Amino acid sequence: MYDGGKIIVGLIIGLGLLLSPFLYNAGKATKAPEPQLTPKAKEAKVCVANTNFMTTKHMQLLDRWRDEVVREGKRYYKSPEGKVYYKSLQVTCLRCHSNKTKFCDECHNYMGVEPFCWECHIAPKEKE
Amino acid sequence: MLERALSGSQRYWSWLIFLLVLMAIGFACYLYQFKVGLKVTGMSRDVSWGFYIAQFTYLVGVAASGVMVVLPYYFHNYKAFGRIAVLGEFLAIAAVTMCLLFIFVDLGYPKRIMNVVMHPTPNSILFWDMIVLNGYLILNILVGWNVLAAERKGVPYSKWVKTLAYISIPWAFSIHTVTAFLYAGLPGRHFWLTAIMAARFLASAFCSGPALLVLICLIVRKVSRFDPGKEQLRTLGVIITYAMIMNVFFFLLEVFTAFYSGIPGHKHSFIYLFSGLDGYGKLVPWMWTSVGFGILALILLIVPATRKKEDTLAVACAAVIISTWIDKGMGLVVGGFIPNPFEKVFEYWPTTPEILITIGVWATGFFILTILFKIAVSVKEEVAS
Amino acid sequence: MGVSRRKFLKISGLSVLLGLGGKAAFELLAPGSIDAAMEPAPIGEGKRWAMVIDAKKCLEKQEKDGCKECIDICHRIHNVPNFGNPKEEIKWIWKETYEHTFPSRHNDYVSEDVHGKPFILLCNHCTNPPCVRVCPTKATWKRPDGVVMMDQHRCIGCRFCMAGCPYGSRSFNWGDSREAPKELNPDFPTNMEYPTRSKGVVEKCTFCAERLAKGQIPACVEACAKIKVNALHFGDLADEESEVRELLRHHYAIRRKPELGTEPNVFYLI
Repeated sequence: MYDGGKIIVGLIIGLGLLLSPFLYNAGKATKAPEPQLTPKAKEAKVCVANTNFMTTKHMQLLDRWRDEVVREGKRYYKSPEGKVYYKSLQVTCLRCHSNKTKFCDECHNYMGVEPFCWECHIAPKEKE
Repeated sequence: MLERALSGSQRYWSWLIFLLVLMAIGFACYLYQFKVGLKVTGMSRDVSWGFYIAQFTYLVGVAASGVMVVLPYYFHNYKAFGRIAVLGEFLAIAAVTMCLLFIFVDLGYPKRIMNVVMHPTPNSILFWDMIVLNGYLILNILVGWNVLAAERKGVPYSKWVKTLAYISIPWAFSIHTVTAFLYAGLPGRHFWLTAIMAARFLASAFCSGPALLVLICLIVRKVSRFDPGKEQLRTLGVIITYAMIMNVFFFLLEVFTAFYSGIPGHKHSFIYLFSGLDGYGKLVPWMWTSVGFGILALILLIVPATRKKEDTLAVACAAVIISTWIDKGMGLVVGGFIPNPFEKVFEYWPTTPEILITIGVWATGFFILTILFKIAVSVKEEVAS
Repeated sequence: MGVSRRKFLKISGLSVLLGLGGKAAFELLAPGSIDAAMEPAPIGEGKRWAMVIDAKKCLEKQEKDGCKECIDICHRIHNVPNFGNPKEEIKWIWKETYEHTFPSRHNDYVSEDVHGKPFILLCNHCTNPPCVRVCPTKATWKRPDGVVMMDQHRCIGCRFCMAGCPYGSRSFNWGDSREAPKELNPDFPTNMEYPTRSKGVVEKCTFCAERLAKGQIPACVEACAKIKVNALHFGDLADEESEVRELLRHHYAIRRKPELGTEPNVFYLI
C-alpha cells in the first residue's frame, strides 16, 4: 500500500470525527420529557384522537389538516365521539394546549426536531 | 482522471486558492442572506428579480453555446473541433452549475426547493427549466467525461456517447428557449412579451459563449503545452461574428417594433434603459457602454484582418462579452420590471452582499471550470507527447 | 386500535402495493378520521366570487375624511406588517390613483371626477390567472369558487408569480414580518387567530378565504358596510340574482387591463 501510514492516520481521524458526537453525549442519556397538560386540556379528557395516536402521529395529522384546510377548504373535523372541531393549530390546538413551551417545545428539543409551524403560527402568550 | 487536478504549478494553485477565498466570502454573505432574508438584496416589491436571475439568464446562454463546438464536430464531422469539443462541454458544465446556484440563491425559501420535484407542475415554465437544465448538465458530464477518457486511452468513444452527444445538440437549444419562455409568456410585461425573445437569447448566447471560449483557449495556450489551434480559433471567430450580427439585428427589430408602432408600453422600458424615464436612469450609462462595446465588437469582427489576427480577435471577444453581459446580465431582467404594473418607476441596484454572493457563484463556476480544464488539458498534453 | 392483525396486514400490504405510502395507510388506520374529515361541498363549487367597487361612493367618502377603513381592517386581521418603505412593502388592499390603476385608460382631458383620485386595489382573482399558470409548485391555485388561493406552506419564494401578475397584487416577504419596525407596528401581530407569514414567501389577498369558510363576507366589504358607505359589494357572479350581477346589469363597469385576457373579477363602477 502506497502511503499506508497517511491513509491509516486519515482513516483514524475520519472515524474519530464520525464518532465524536456519540462520544460527546455518552453516558448523558436524558429521560424523554412527558408533554404536560394544561388544566383546560386535562378537563377535556380527550383530544381530537386518542393520546397514543396524538403522541406518535400528530405531525401527520397536522400536515394533513393543513392541506385540507388551506388547499381544499375543509375546515371542520368530526371526531369519532361526534365532536366537531375547527381545524386550526393556532386557534383550536393551542387554545387548549396553551403551554407551548411545556407541551410542544420540550419534546421537540429532546427529539432535535424544529417544526417550522411557529415561523408563521403565533404561539400563545404564556404566564410564568 | 481526477488526480490530474491535484498536481499543478504554483500559479494553478494560487488561482484556485484565490477562487476559494471568493467562494468563502460569497458563502458567508449567503449565510447572512439566509438568516435575515432577501431584504439584504436590492430587490423590491416592484423589481422582484434582480442580479441573480439576470446572471442565471446570461449563463444559460453560455451553457447553451457549448453546442457551437459540439454541433460542427459531431454533426458535420468538422474534425478541427475535435480538439476543443470537450472544452465546450466542460464550459457548459461549469455554466449550468452556476445557473442552478443562481436559482438557488434567489429563492426565498431554499429549504423547500424539492417542492418543485415533489409537486410537479407542467404548466409552469420554471418546472421545465429545472428539467432541461439538469438534463443538460448530466448530458454534458457524461459526454465530456467519456470522450476525454476515450481520448486518454487512444480509443474511439463508444456509440452511446455519440448518441448522447446528438441528443445534447437540440437539448442545448431547448435550455435557452425554455429560459426565454420564462419571460416571453408573461402578460403585462411588455418588454419581455415578444415572440423573438428565444431567438434573441440564442443569438446572444452563440456570440457570448464562444467569445468566452476563445479567451479561455488563449489562456490555455499560454499556461499549458496544449494548443487549441489556430484554425479552431478562427472558426470560432466566424461563428461569433455571425451570432453577434444576429444579436444586434434582433435587438434592432425590437426597437423598430416598439418605436414605429408607438405603443407606450412597448417603448417605456427602452426609454428607461437608454435615456431614463420620469427622471430615473441608473442604467443609462451602462446600456450605452453596452452599445459602445457592441459597435467595437462588430467592427473588429466584421473586418477580416482584425478577426483573423488573434490579438484583435481577443479584444473583440472581450467586447462581445462586456456588451452582451450588460445587455442580458443587467438590462433585460431589470428593464422588464420598469416601469411597474402601475406605470411607475421604482429603480433597482444590487447591494454589496448581493454582489459578493454573485461573485461567489461565479468563482464557484470558474473553480469547476479550472479543474475540468486542468484535467482535459493534462490528458491532451499526455496524448500529444 | 380496533384493527385485526389480518386487516392490518391487508391494508398495509395494499398500501405498499399501490405505492400509496404512509399517507394512505394513515388514512385507513386512523380511527374515524376519514369519514369525519368529509364535509359537504366545502368550497362553493360552481360559484364565481367577485367584487364590485362603487368608485363614486368610495371617492365621495375619501374626499370627506380620507377613509381607509377597508385597508385598515384587512391588514389588521391578516397581520400584514408595515415596513414603512416601498421596497419591502406588503399590501393586500391599497390605494392608487386613477391613472396608475388604469394605465391604458388615461387621457389629457380625463374627467375631474376621477383625475388623480385614489382607487381601491386588491387581487383581481382573475378567471385566467397568470400567477397560477407560472407557479412551479402549485403554491398558488384557482379554487372552484374563483378564489385565487395561496399556500404559504408550499411556496418556495421564486417570485415567478410576482413577475406574472400584471396588477402588482403580490407581495414578497423580503424579511421577517415579526421584525417589522415596532414603532409602526406597536401591537403586531394584530390578530392572534390568524398566522403571520415567514420570510421568503409570497402573499396576497385571498378574498378572506377563512371568512368565506364560515359563511362570512370579506372583511373589507363588511367594514365598508359598517360605516354605511356600501361602496364595496361582494357576491357570486354565477348567480343571476346576486347583488353584484344586479349592479353590473344597471351600471357601467370597468376592469383593470382587460386586454390581457386575465378576466379580472374585481369591477369598478365609474
